[in-house]
Amino acid sequence: MSNLKEFTKGLIKENPNMVMLLGMCPTLAITTMAANGVGMGLSTTFVLVCSNIVISLLKKVIPDTVRLPAYIVIVAGFVTFVSLILQAFAPDIYSSLGMYLSLITVNCIILGRAEMFASKNKVIPSIMDGLGMGLGFTLTLVLVGSVREIFGSGQWFGITVMPEFIEPMTLFILPAGGFFVLGAVIAVVNRLMKKKPREIGCHNCPNAEGCPGACDKANSNGGEQ
Amino acid sequence: MEIAKNLMIILLTGILTENFVLSKFLGICPFLGVSKKLDSSIGMGAAVTFVMVCASLVTYPIYYGILVPLGIEYMNTIAFILVIAVFVQLVEMVLKKYMPPLYKSLGVYLPLITTNCAVLGVTLLNLTKDYDLLESVVNSFGAGLGFMIAMIIFSGVRSRLERCDIPKALQGAPITLMAASIVSLAFIGFGGVVDGIFGG
Repeated sequence: MSNLKEFTKGLIKENPNMVMLLGMCPTLAITTMAANGVGMGLSTTFVLVCSNIVISLLKKVIPDTVRLPAYIVIVAGFVTFVSLILQAFAPDIYSSLGMYLSLITVNCIILGRAEMFASKNKVIPSIMDGLGMGLGFTLTLVLVGSVREIFGSGQWFGITVMPEFIEPMTLFILPAGGFFVLGAVIAVVNRLMKKKPREIGCHNCPNAEGCPGACDKANSNGGEQ
Repeated sequence: MEIAKNLMIILLTGILTENFVLSKFLGICPFLGVSKKLDSSIGMGAAVTFVMVCASLVTYPIYYGILVPLGIEYMNTIAFILVIAVFVQLVEMVLKKYMPPLYKSLGVYLPLITTNCAVLGVTLLNLTKDYDLLESVVNSFGAGLGFMIAMIIFSGVRSRLERCDIPKALQGAPITLMAASIVSLAFIGFGGVVDGIFGG
């Protein structure tokens, strides 16, 4: 029962990017098409689940002081694995994700889950947590990607859905549209969940504990000078 | 002359038309997280520029000197992230010991940079664009400066936002993202500027 809870929390209640505001870079960068969102989301889910398994198995072996570099290397290993697999079997997705595939390594969702969950829990809950978080991430990517693709190019998963007399608004697939759609999606989620609005920063970033230098420290340091 | 022109094109492209934050979406977390105050924006920008330039200096020989001869180019992500993590740690220690004033102003930003996708991003980008060592360094410098300029502009926008009456659902992250969208829109205006200057 509790395992199921670990799974479902990632989908909506603690959705990594709509609620926790983590992993913004891929959410903005590759969501010009819904299909890219699926590719990126599933690749990240795979890396997340695998790294959660390995880290939760190795949690007693990895010394506390070097845990972050150790986690990064484990994650980078799986990322390389995924990109080789995609390059061989799904070259289209590989080329459209490009550099952002390698950058899964530094996606703060993965490090965040390693630090917050996998390093403190047993293997099975860690798998469920990874799956839930990964699918929650995929969900957001597909949602943002769909909005941008439908308005920006009149298509959805490559199929034309908009009637022809509506001119596609190219703005939506430009970078500016990415920021705007993500902002709007988060606003809708805030409204529906009646959540207190979150600011991007350390006080509500679950990674703050593991992040060796906190953004807040940086902000307050800037204030003193 | 040809080389200098080429380098200028790379530099200006990195700063204006292919701005790392606003058109490539790299380094969004620090861009949104640390851009509340002007001073911290400048500090973070300077630290990122410094680490980017050094990272491209360090990763270039590693890729072409070790990975390529051994035929293990696919290991680049692992090798680069390790090198960057170690390097940032090293810079932090050196600054702390020998240059305390600089450490005081840049030190807090350094740990944030290890997991910053902009740094890994710029080293990977240098590879995909087949830049040589000098071009890589110039590209990294331009990317860093572009990051800094975006941060500085955005910190100004945010200081105005703080005094505005914003609808409740939009408060916090949504309005910040929407403001970033408008700043990004402004940067689209730079498209073609580089070609215009150099007649390329």
